[in-house]
Amino acid sequence: MLSSIATALGDHAHRTSLSTTREYRVEGSRGALERRDLLMDRLVDYRAHVVQCDNASLSTTINQLLLVHGSRSVAMPADVPATWTDSLEAHVHRDDPVLSVTDLDEIDSTVSGCAVAIAQTGTIILDSGVHQGRRALSLIPDHLIVVIFDEQIVEVVPEGVARLAPDSAQTWISGPSATSDIELERIEGVHGPRTLDVIVVSSATEL
Amino acid sequence: MSKVFDTELPFPTLAKTALADAQLRANLAHATTTIRDKRLKVVGELDDWEQLRSAGAAIKDYSLDHLDELCVELERNVIAHGGIVHWARDAKEANEIVVSLVQATGVDSVVKVKSMATAEIELNVALEQHGITAYETDLAELIVQLGDDLPSHILVPAIHKNRSQIRQIFIDEMGKSGLAAPEGLTNDPAALAAAARAHLRQRFLSAKVAISGANFVIADTGSLVVVESEGNGRMCLTLPETLISVVGIEKILPNWQSLEVFMQLLPRSSTGERMNPYTSIFTGATTGNGPSNFHLVLIDNGRSSALAEDTGRDVLRCIRCSACLNVCPVYERTGGHTYGNPYPGPIGAVLVPQLRRGERTPLENSLPYASSLCGACYVACPVKIDIPKILVRLRSEVVDATRASARPRTPRDESRREGLFVSSALPTRHCHGWAGRAPAAAEPAFLTAAAQQVERGSRCATSAGDVISHVVRSDTPRRCRPGTRAGHSTCTADPPP
Repeated sequence: MLSSIATALGDHAHRTSLSTTREYRVEGSRGALERRDLLMDRLVDYRAHVVQCDNASLSTTINQLLLVHGSRSVAMPADVPATWTDSLEAHVHRDDPVLSVTDLDEIDSTVSGCAVAIAQTGTIILDSGVHQGRRALSLIPDHLIVVIFDEQIVEVVPEGVARLAPDSAQTWISGPSATSDIELERIEGVHGPRTLDVIVVSSATEL
Repeated sequence: MSKVFDTELPFPTLAKTALADAQLRANLAHATTTIRDKRLKVVGELDDWEQLRSAGAAIKDYSLDHLDELCVELERNVIAHGGIVHWARDAKEANEIVVSLVQATGVDSVVKVKSMATAEIELNVALEQHGITAYETDLAELIVQLGDDLPSHILVPAIHKNRSQIRQIFIDEMGKSGLAAPEGLTNDPAALAAAARAHLRQRFLSAKVAISGANFVIADTGSLVVVESEGNGRMCLTLPETLISVVGIEKILPNWQSLEVFMQLLPRSSTGERMNPYTSIFTGATTGNGPSNFHLVLIDNGRSSALAEDTGRDVLRCIRCSACLNVCPVYERTGGHTYGNPYPGPIGAVLVPQLRRGERTPLENSLPYASSLCGACYVACPVKIDIPKILVRLRSEVVDATRASARPRTPRDESRREGLFVSSALPTRHCHGWAGRAPAAAEPAFLTAAAQQVERGSRCATSAGDVISHVVRSDTPRRCRPGTRAGHSTCTADPPP
């Protein structure tokens, strides 16, 4: 098979090289506050529910979102700090020891951190890294809460791609699970979490 | 048994049936109008869209130009991350590999993520022949599978069905292969999506083996990228123990940075979203965080022979976004089944004849004519495939091949040939107004039909390049407009320069 590809391509001398110039936008132009506003606007546009808080109120904010959703149990990555869980009334299931698929199917919600968030597209990227854990955590429970810190927000897609380690297992999330398969109209809620809450954590002085 | 395209009938014959279906026409008009508006809106948000298109085309050109090297690099990196790479020269080899991999796991059913590559090789049929049931999990694929139907669109295979038809399929069929549709199911799309969620839920949670395709594979990291909306892809890529991904070699990108271009081009072009709801990216086996057994089946199936031709190489840039289908006045009226294979629309009309080079069936011969050459597909294409130019080239090949096998020539034929025929060496005059007209299946009749088109020279542009230069700034066809008869595009009054 390789030889038929090589034959089709012919002489190496005539092959093109890859241009190193990128004429499209590779970095954003907005300041931190505008960038955050854009992210929140784009998240809401894709039917995520967005709230802001500061570090001190993170746990109570998570608790409030769980109460609103009626969640009595919540899955958490093993490395989430106590400052996220202090105020929670729901039963916390840390992923240590590892939660089975059946366990996760019975848990109401998941709380996860993220690796980076892209404002321009309203995209949150989980890379199985710090405060995120395994991919199944953010997939099986029907309600997902993602915590984003200001410094994790970038403006454009190239900035987001540059921050990621290619060999990490990633999930890019833009709104709740959705489909356009019926008459090409977007409907939220299929196999992934049908409710997406996003908490944007800002430094206290800004709020 | 899964239904497959087995028609050898030419496009015009198939189109006649489709055009007589008023419900189909209404469904297609509604869906394509919706998606066209969405795409234009999100593309309009980016002031660097044209630069992104150029970058996308350039990266794809580079990848195809170095495909042998990139295949080797990809294989090395997948193996380094615990995956196993298989090579399949054609559909038969690919199916044999996948069947044996599934058999080795001991299961008799698999879950599938929607994949054009597996539709192309008719994998589901091969699995069924070996007693393995493939459950499609994408909502539109599920609708097609439950309805024992054929896909009619690259992105939304059930685009030809409206919500009421989908409701009826769910009520009639879901119970036969799993959880039945709920009592009192309405045709509200949200209710239909909820029924699909319930129907597939346990299947996802208990699946041992999944089969997927990939939108992109990255040579320098060995990573696969699967772009989706519903979460069925995430379920299949995350929960089973074994994952088999079947990928055409043209999906290879050289490096990680390339994703910054394609993850902008693809979602905006396909579903008209700034970003699709879910994208999964993983590298090799992901034990503890996904499948512990990962197999990548790389398929050629006509791609290397397409690669040897300039037009074939251009077509292999395609990222299967389906924007060209949604803007095509012919597709909008005839739907996808008319193209007689899983790749419909303008891209299908140029891709299929090139993947099946050497096969001169009436269907392959007719596909290059399944266009008005209005140029809307080229304008919409995120990787700048000049589809009208390729169609014209393929038409000339059809004419040349047909001429070689036609009846003995009369003096009248010779005079026609000298003055009027499209020649592959010097394409001179091409009509753009063929769709819906129906030459008969036999090749000599095709020859006559081609000649008749050319004889209407006063209504034709002088070359494909001229046609395109008139429409390049518009997203809708200007030179051609739908005529009063269904599916019949007519040229407007612009005289050829």
